[in-house]
Amino acid sequence: MLVGAGPILIGQGCEFDYSGVQACKALRAEGYEIALVNSNPATIMTDPEFADRTYIEPMTFDTLAEIIRRECPDALLPTLGGQTALNLALRLEDEGVLRRFHVELIGVKAEAIRRAEDRDQFKTAMKGLGIEVPLSFSVHSEESGLAAAEKIGRWPLILRPGFTLGGSGGGIAHNEEEFKTILRRGLDASLNREVLVEESLLGWKEFELEVIRDRQNRSAIVCSIENIDPMGIHTGDSVTVAPAQTLSDREYQAMRDDSLRVMDAIGVETGGSNVQWAVDPETGRRVIIEMNPRVSRSSALASKATGFPIAKIAALLAVGYTLDELRNDITETTPACFEPALDYIVTKVPRFTFEKFPAADSTLGTQMKSVGEAMAIGRTFKESFQKALRSLDTGHDGFGADAWNDRLASWSDEKIEQEIRRPNAERYFVIHEAFRRGKTPEEIHNWTQIDLYFLRKMAELAGSASAITLSPDSIRDAKEDGFSDRQLAHLLHMTEGQLRAWRREQGITPVYGTVDTCAGEFAALTPYYYSTYNGEYDEPVSRCAEGKRKMMVLGGGPNRIGQGIEFDYCCVHAAFALRQAGDEVIMVNCNPETVSTDYDTSDKLYFEPLTFENVLDICEREKPDGVILQFGGQTPLNLADALAEAGVPILGTSPRDIDAAEDRDLFRALMQKIGIAQPESGIAHTIEEAMAITQRIGFPVLVRPSFVLGGRAMVIVYNEKYLRKYFEEAEKVSEGRPILIDRFLEHAVEVDVDAVSDGSETVIGAIMEHVELAGIHSGDSACSIPPRSLSPKVIETIRRYTRELARSLRVCGLMNIQFAIQNDTVYMIEVNPRASRTVPFVSKSTGIPLAKKAALCMAGRSLREVGLSGEVRIPYVTFKEAVFPFAKFPGTDIVLSPEMKSTGEVMSIEFSDTHAYLKSQEAAGNMIPQKGGVFVSLRDADKKDALPLVRELEQLGFQIYATQGTGAELYNSGLQCQAVFKIHDGRPNILDLLEEEKIQWIVNTPNPGAVSKVDEIRMRAAALMKGIPITTTLSALEIAVRGLKTPEEGKIVRSLQEYHQRVRTE
Amino acid sequence: MKRKHFLALADGSVFYGVPCGAPCDALGEAVFNTGHTGYQEIVSDPSYAGQTVVLSAPEIGNYGCTPLDMESRSLFLSGLIVRRMNEPSNWRSRESFRELLCRFGKPALSDVDTRALVLHLRRTGSQRSFLHAGDEPVTPEEGVARARQFAGLDGIDMTSRVTDPNGSYWEARSSFPREPERKEETAMFFDKEAPLLAAFDFGIKRSILRSLSAAGFRIRVVPSGTNAGEILALKPDGLFLSNGPGDPAGVRGGIETVRSLLGKLPIMGICLGHQILATACGAQTGRLKFGHHGCNHPVKNLLDDTVAITSQNHNFAVVKDSLPPELELTHVNLNDGTVEGIRHQKARAFSVQFHPEAAPGPHDAANLFRRFREMF
Repeated sequence: MLVGAGPILIGQGCEFDYSGVQACKALRAEGYEIALVNSNPATIMTDPEFADRTYIEPMTFDTLAEIIRRECPDALLPTLGGQTALNLALRLEDEGVLRRFHVELIGVKAEAIRRAEDRDQFKTAMKGLGIEVPLSFSVHSEESGLAAAEKIGRWPLILRPGFTLGGSGGGIAHNEEEFKTILRRGLDASLNREVLVEESLLGWKEFELEVIRDRQNRSAIVCSIENIDPMGIHTGDSVTVAPAQTLSDREYQAMRDDSLRVMDAIGVETGGSNVQWAVDPETGRRVIIEMNPRVSRSSALASKATGFPIAKIAALLAVGYTLDELRNDITETTPACFEPALDYIVTKVPRFTFEKFPAADSTLGTQMKSVGEAMAIGRTFKESFQKALRSLDTGHDGFGADAWNDRLASWSDEKIEQEIRRPNAERYFVIHEAFRRGKTPEEIHNWTQIDLYFLRKMAELAGSASAITLSPDSIRDAKEDGFSDRQLAHLLHMTEGQLRAWRREQGITPVYGTVDTCAGEFAALTPYYYSTYNGEYDEPVSRCAEGKRKMMVLGGGPNRIGQGIEFDYCCVHAAFALRQAGDEVIMVNCNPETVSTDYDTSDKLYFEPLTFENVLDICEREKPDGVILQFGGQTPLNLADALAEAGVPILGTSPRDIDAAEDRDLFRALMQKIGIAQPESGIAHTIEEAMAITQRIGFPVLVRPSFVLGGRAMVIVYNEKYLRKYFEEAEKVSEGRPILIDRFLEHAVEVDVDAVSDGSETVIGAIMEHVELAGIHSGDSACSIPPRSLSPKVIETIRRYTRELARSLRVCGLMNIQFAIQNDTVYMIEVNPRASRTVPFVSKSTGIPLAKKAALCMAGRSLREVGLSGEVRIPYVTFKEAVFPFAKFPGTDIVLSPEMKSTGEVMSIEFSDTHAYLKSQEAAGNMIPQKGGVFVSLRDADKKDALPLVRELEQLGFQIYATQGTGAELYNSGLQCQAVFKIHDGRPNILDLLEEEKIQWIVNTPNPGAVSKVDEIRMRAAALMKGIPITTTLSALEIAVRGLKTPEEGKIVRSLQEYHQRVRTE
Repeated sequence: MKRKHFLALADGSVFYGVPCGAPCDALGEAVFNTGHTGYQEIVSDPSYAGQTVVLSAPEIGNYGCTPLDMESRSLFLSGLIVRRMNEPSNWRSRESFRELLCRFGKPALSDVDTRALVLHLRRTGSQRSFLHAGDEPVTPEEGVARARQFAGLDGIDMTSRVTDPNGSYWEARSSFPREPERKEETAMFFDKEAPLLAAFDFGIKRSILRSLSAAGFRIRVVPSGTNAGEILALKPDGLFLSNGPGDPAGVRGGIETVRSLLGKLPIMGICLGHQILATACGAQTGRLKFGHHGCNHPVKNLLDDTVAITSQNHNFAVVKDSLPPELELTHVNLNDGTVEGIRHQKARAFSVQFHPEAAPGPHDAANLFRRFREMF
C-alpha cells in the first residue's frame, strides 16, 4: 500500500506525484500488487492503470485505517508521499492499526520518523554523533518560550513548529513582541503543540545533501545542493544550485561523512533522505538543521538535476533490493550504486504568487511561500542562472537587462538598498540594478550575506550587459553567459526576431548536452538534453524510427496558482497516448517537480525554458511533425502565434481559432451568429469609458484585464467608488491592455463543461455544476458530476451549445466551456479551446482519459478511431473541492472571489451527492462536524433563504450562535440562538468563543466585491488557525445540511476501479 | 576573436582556450577527472606527473587554495584544462587557484569546451598531448606534431621524477582533524611505541601519510629506488607501497624490492603500489582505455559484501585473468568489473587500486588503514 501526499499545498507540491508514479511503476514491474491512497485527482499516480486499486479518499487516519482493514496489505510504504504520508503512517502505527492487520512499515520505521521529527530526540541523536546543532529549546507554551528566549540571550530568534508542512507557522522574531505573535501561531500550527526556539543562523551558508541508502548500509550522495539565499530563507523559497559551488573537498567530504552517519543514527533503513546543513562563512563551523527520512521536494530536484531517479530507486530498495543490484537507467551498463558526476550547473528558482494575496507580507523567511519552481541547466553558473530566471515566466528575460528591469531605473538608491536587504521574490533583479549603478559585490554581500562567488558572477553579468555590441564575438560571449535573444534585442534596440535572424546568419546557435549522470565518463543511452552555448560539441540528433512521427509536447513551466499540476497531467497524458500510438514524443519543460520531466515519460526530454527562443531552437533541431501546446496552460499557449508564424506545425485547434475565442469582438459576433446569450459587456481603456459602460449595463459588473489566466486581478464591482479604485490598481498588471467589463449574473449557477472534438464530431467529457454561485473563480469552486440542479432542458441546451461552439471554433482537441445559468437561461461565460484544470477530475470521474483521446485526435485520428463514441453517464456522484494556502499568508482574507487562490484540489466519490460533498469537505481538511456550535453570520441578501437551513441545523442538535443582525432575524422567525458581540463591540465575541472551543463550524456569507470588514477577516483568520470549517455560500450549506440529515452508516471506502467498473456494466 | 592557445592531441584534434596559469607550454598525457571538488588535491597529487588533466566540473577555483590541502611538496602534473577559472570565496582560502598554478609554473587553459574534450578522450582513450599556453606563438599543426613526438609514459619509471630523495619521518598520532583549521579537533598525542612502517614514496600523497599515522603507525618514508637491504636496515615492522605516476611495469627496482620483502613484512599497497605488489606476485598490468579519475566509483568488497564510493586515479590496472593462484581478488569495480583490490593467500599483504585516503573524494574506505594496523 502506497500513501500519496493529498492535495497540492505550499510546501507539498506535485513532486510527490512524481515520486508516487515512479514508485508505482517500479513496484508493479516487480510484480507487486498495489493499493494506492491519494485524495488528489490531478495526479498521474491516481490514474487507474498505475495501481491495482486506487483509493481517491480523504487522507485521514479513519479512512486509511478502513482501507487497511479492507485491503490487508503486506506492507505500507509511506516515504514517497511527503509529510502527510509520514504523519499518517506514524499515527497508524501508534494506534495499533498496522499491528492489528499485520502490516509492515517499509522504507522507514516509526522510531526513525520520530527520531528525525522530534526535536529533542533528534538533538540527542546528533549529540551522540558529535554533530553540532543550533542552540535551541523545544517549548510547548508561551511561558517556556520566553524562558528559552532569555537563555539564548540575543535576537533574532528562529521559531519552528514541529510536525507541520513546509515550515507552516514558523518565523524569525527580532524582538519580544514579534516573538510572542509567532510563538502563538506556531503552537497552533503544530500537531503536538511544539515550537522550537532556536539561535539565529541568519546569513550562514545553507546546503542540502540527498542521500540514498539500502538495507545493507550501502549509501551514496545523489546530489549536493547549495542555497544561494543564505540561512533565514526557507530552502523552498531560496534560489539553489547543484552541485555545491563554494565548499572545498575537505569541507564537502566532512559534510558527506556526517550525512551518512546521520542516516545511520536516525535509523533510516532504506530509501532517500535529505540532510540540511548550515555553515558559518567566517569560521566554517557547521551545524545540522534537519533531516527528512523520506523523499522530499529536494529529492525531486536532485533527481532531475542528476538523472538519478531517487523515488524509483527508493521504492525498489524498500522492497529489499540493494543498490548494487539496480542499474543506472541512464547508462544502462553501470550500477545505481554510485554518485552522479555533473559537468553542468543546475539552478532552481522559486515561483511566487504574491500578486494573488496583496495583503500578505511578501518578505521571505523561514515559512515557505512559493507555490512552484523552475529549474535550468547550463554549462556555467551564469548561463544556468539566467536560464532559470527566464523559466519563471514572470516577465523576466534573464538576470535583468530587460524591459522589466528598466522600471527599476526610477528607484532611489535608498529603495534599492531596502529591497535588497529585505528578502523578497524580486530581490535578484534589484541586485542587478544595484550592480548597474556601480555597487560592488562586497556591498551587496554586506546587505544580503549572499556568497561573494555568486555575487561576483552577477556583477559580471550586469557589467557585461552594458558592453554588448552587435558583433559576432560580443554576441557569442553574451550567449555563453546565458543572455536571451530578448535581452540582447532589448539592449541593442532591435526586435527579438531581428536579433534571432542576425544570430543565425552568424552561425551562433546553441548545442545540446546530455544529463548523463557521469560527466561523460560513460555513454548515456537516455536522451535527456539541455541547451548551452558553452562549447561546440553537439549531441547528434537521433533519427526517428522508420514510419514513426515526431511529436512534441510543450509543458507548463513552474507551478503557480491557476496553472498547476492539472496541466502537467494533460501533457503527460498526451505523451503517453502518442507513444502508445507509435509516435516518438519529445517533451519540453522546466519544472523539476513534475512527472512530465521524468526521463521515461517521453522518448526525449528537453529541460529548457518555455520561451519562444528556446522552443524554436529545439524545433529547428528536431523538426517535429507536430507540436501540442494546448495542454500546458497559458505559458506554452502564449507562444502559439509566434511559433506558428515561424512555421512550426501546431497540432489541433489552430492558434488563430484559440485567439478568436479570446478575442471579445470576434467571439461576441460568433455568439450572436449561433444564438448563445452572453452577459452584456464592454471594453474600457479609461475610467470614463468604464463609467459609460456601467451606465448601459448596470451594476454589479465583473471587471478584469484582457488575456489572463487564473482570473488574475478580476473582481466583482458593485458601485462607482470601487470601479475607480480598481482602475487605479489594474494599471499595474494590465500593461496598457484594456479592461474588460461584463454584467455580473447574480445568483446564477455556474457550470463547467469539458469536451473533446476531432474537428467534426464532439463528445462531452462531463458537465460539472459548481457549488458556489457565479462570481467565484471556477478553480476555487467545488463542483460535482453529474450536475445536481439543472433541468433536462438546460442540460440539453448546454450539450447543443457545446457542439455548436466546437464546430464554429473548429476545435480539434480539448475544449472547456463555462456557462452561467440564471432563471433557466444559459449564458456563455468563457470558451477555452485547450486543456483545462478540470480534465483530470473529469477523467477520474468517468474513467475516460480525456486528454489522451484529445491528443490522439490532434495527431489526426477521429473520435471513432480512438474509441470515444459518446458521453458517459456515471451511477455515482463525484465532487471536486479546492484547497487554499491562506494559512501560509497570515493577514490575508480567505474570501473567495473571481481571482483564483487555491493551490490544489481533492476529489470524493460516493453514491449520493450529499455524502460525496461531505467527503470532499473532509478531504479538503474542512470536515463538517456532526454536532456542536455553529456561528452564523449572513449578508442581508442571504438571510431569508438561510432561515430554513439554520432551522434544520437547530433540529439536528447544533447550538446556534449569531451576531446581533443575523440573530435578530433568526429570533424573529422563532429560532433559538445565542447572540454574540461583534468583535469591536464587546465580549464575548466570536474570537472568544473560538478560543473557548464552543464553535465547531462557521457559516459566513460575505458580501462579494465589497472589502470585508476587519472583524470578518479576523474571525476567518482565527478559524483557519484553529482548523474550524467555514462555509461561505448558502448552496454549500444546503448540501451540507442535507448530508447531515442522512448520516452514513460507518465509513465506506471503494477504489476508483470498482466505481469505474459500474460505468461499464450499467 | 580567434584564440591562440590550445591543447593539441596526437590524433590531430585541437581544443582552444584562454591561458589561466603559468605562461608556458607542456607535453603530457591528456586524461579527465570527473570529481566536483578537490582541484587543489588533484594538481598536487604526484600521480598526475606527466599528465594534462581535464576537469569536467565546469566552475573551478571557487573556494581557492590553502597550504593545508597540498598533497605533496609541489605540483607534478603537466598542465590543466578547465571550463571556467574563478576567484576564491571561502574562509579557508589563502591564495587563488590561478596563483597556485603560476607559483609552481604550471600552464593551464580555461574556456575550453571541456565536455567535448572529455567525450573525445572517452572515445579515443587517453592521448599524448601538447598544451600551448606560452607567449611564443605555436601553430596548431606544430602543436599536433609535438604531441605526436611526445614519447608518452608507457614503460618509463616516472616515480623517480616525483619521489622526495630526502625521505621523511612521521609520528603516529591519535587523530588527524578532518578540517584542520577547526581548533577543537587538533588535540592529539604521539604514540612512540607504534609499529614502524617503511613507506615507499613512489609519489606518495600526504593524506596517505596522515591516514597511516592516524591509524597508529610511525612512518619512515623512503624514496623510490630504495632496495630491500636498505629497507630492512631500518628495522621496519611493515612495508607500505604508495600511489604514484605512470606505468607500473616501468618501476622495475620497486617490483624487485617488493618481491624480496614479500612474506618478510606485512605489506599494504595503494594504486601504483597495488599494481607493483600484483606484478611482484606474478600478475600482469595493462592500460585502461581512458583510466579512472574521479570521486564516484563504486567498489564492491567481496570479503564483506560492502560497497564503497571511492576516489580513483589510475590509467593502468591489474589484469584480472593474470592473477596467480596465491592472489585473491578482494575488490571489484562495479562500473566495469576491473580489479580494485587483492590479498595474498600466504604472505600478509594486500592492496587496493582506489584511494582509501580520498583527498579528494569520499572517505567510505578509510577503514582499510585500520585493517592494515590490525595485522601488527
